Amino acid sequence: MARQNSKNIDYEKIANSQSFRRLSKKKNSFLWTMTVIFFVLYMLLPILTSYTKILHQKAVGEITWVWFYSFGLFVMVWGLAHFYVGRANKFDKEAKEIIDEYERGAGQ
Amino acid sequence: MSVPSIVMFLLIVGITLYITYWASKRTSTASEFYTAGGGLKGWQNGLAISGDYLSAASFLGIAGSVALYGYDGFYFSIGYLVAYLVVLYIVAEPLRNLGKFTLADMITARFEMAKVRGAAALSTIVIVLFYMIAQLVGAGALIQLLFGIPYWAAVLIVGVMMTIYVLFGGMTATSWVQIIKAVLLMFGTAIISILVLLKFDFSIIRMFSEMATATDAGEAYLNPGLLYKNGINTISTLLALVLGTAGLPHILMRFFTVKDAQTARSSVIWATWIVGIFYVLTIFLGFGAAAFVGKETIVAANPAGNMAAPLLAEVLGGDILFAFVSAVAFATILAVVAGLVLSGASALSHDIYGQIIKKGNITEKEQVVAARIGSLVISVISILLALGAQTLNVAFLVSLAFCIAGSANLPVIIYTIYWKRFNSNGAVWAILGGLITALVLVALSPNVWNPEPGKAIFVGTPLVSLTNPAIISVPVGFICGWLGTILSKEADYAKYNEVEVRAQTGISVNKVSH
Repeated sequence: MARQNSKNIDYEKIANSQSFRRLSKKKNSFLWTMTVIFFVLYMLLPILTSYTKILHQKAVGEITWVWFYSFGLFVMVWGLAHFYVGRANKFDKEAKEIIDEYERGAGQ
Repeated sequence: MSVPSIVMFLLIVGITLYITYWASKRTSTASEFYTAGGGLKGWQNGLAISGDYLSAASFLGIAGSVALYGYDGFYFSIGYLVAYLVVLYIVAEPLRNLGKFTLADMITARFEMAKVRGAAALSTIVIVLFYMIAQLVGAGALIQLLFGIPYWAAVLIVGVMMTIYVLFGGMTATSWVQIIKAVLLMFGTAIISILVLLKFDFSIIRMFSEMATATDAGEAYLNPGLLYKNGINTISTLLALVLGTAGLPHILMRFFTVKDAQTARSSVIWATWIVGIFYVLTIFLGFGAAAFVGKETIVAANPAGNMAAPLLAEVLGGDILFAFVSAVAFATILAVVAGLVLSGASALSHDIYGQIIKKGNITEKEQVVAARIGSLVISVISILLALGAQTLNVAFLVSLAFCIAGSANLPVIIYTIYWKRFNSNGAVWAILGGLITALVLVALSPNVWNPEPGKAIFVGTPLVSLTNPAIISVPVGFICGWLGTILSKEADYAKYNEVEVRAQTGISVNKVSH
């Protein structure tokens, strides 16, 4: 696989291009929003189980809510993993366009 | 040791040695040694990540603690799993786009300085050694139990085997041992789970209602609170688990074994599914052991519950299944310690020797020799430490390793990729601040000090009540990185432009078409 010498790439130009700034902002706001959401949902579990009895109530038969919350977190992890891939593929396309645009511009 | 046990054991040893022989013939460059030439496919690397992650502590430990403590035993699994989202969303792709062999490579892609590389290598080696001691001591105790051989012999067998894999087969052999072990582990766990479910007529509701009366804890068995009674401690430990994974050297190293960010992404997806399904199955293992083996038998075999899964296998499937599960446990231990040796050796040989001492003026051949010597050094040190630590209760070392990884490595990774103003001073402060804080707090904690003789390393009152200090040390790591940065005038925005573009687009890693 041919690796382009990184010294030959004008990173400054790409980094300051409007399209790259837009992608970077969109990508980061997506990543951090989702991270805050799943982190809060996760940390809520030990807080609820340590300081309240809400999740100790029975839901179905002898199965208490804490099992549903826990399994919900498993489903969340699988779901968000695939959600991420879907979004990341779109970001990849945009990144490729930015690189192509740069190469055409730098194509002398 | 029964005949089936000996056969399965020899089979595992034979297969893994053959893989090592095969891999040794394709390991002649440093890149092949450390990263299998970056040629693993997504599913292969995903299985290997799961293999690195599902250590004996996960397999035997979680099944055992579910058996003894019900819901609380299952608690950690959630943290271990959610951690993959942190890896996937924040770390995996930029790391693959910026790095070469090690975490230090990735940070020095932005700050080309010996002090930054040295600090990153130091935290890697500390984490690896703690993790290794815990794994090797646990391995010694387990193999002693499973095969009835003395502790020192058990540690030596595991130690010598792992050294052979790494020394001759490098990352290629280590990865394939991980892949095979992950498949065997999933297979064994699935069989036992199906046998357990069969006993409950495949009804989860019926299983839970029988479990509400099956143990002497009664309904409390199905709720949190049986094992973890201190709220802050539980929160702090779960914080360490979720943030630590993204900073564990042997997990990070796995992202250099694939060719690009897309493959890194797909390997995390594979790992997420495999590890997630595995943890769901540990509920059946644990419940089954509690119901069909019984607490007394489990505790009599091993007070921590580590024998719950093998004993359950014996009850449900006789000698053959017991032998199979024991052999899988053995393979699990071997694979995990081999992965750890490699990550320790990469920090020692590549970062400290190759890049700091020799300043990168080192031929390909010398690099491979250095890598092998480094592996040998890490192996010997950890075997000696494990032989000396037999009587130590080392369970806390694993959660400590997660804590250090989250406090020392994660802040610097996040700042390097996402913070423009970050500088080399901040990088050193973040790593050392997180590392030292975590170590000092643990040194003052109940893991080390206990008023009752024999319960901890020293007799005395602990100054810190937290058993895992992540809730303090992780924020300290972030604050140190920020303080170190703003207290130094140094700033190189041009370099950050390069890092940002490379991390976000993968340019210069991916093939650029012309």
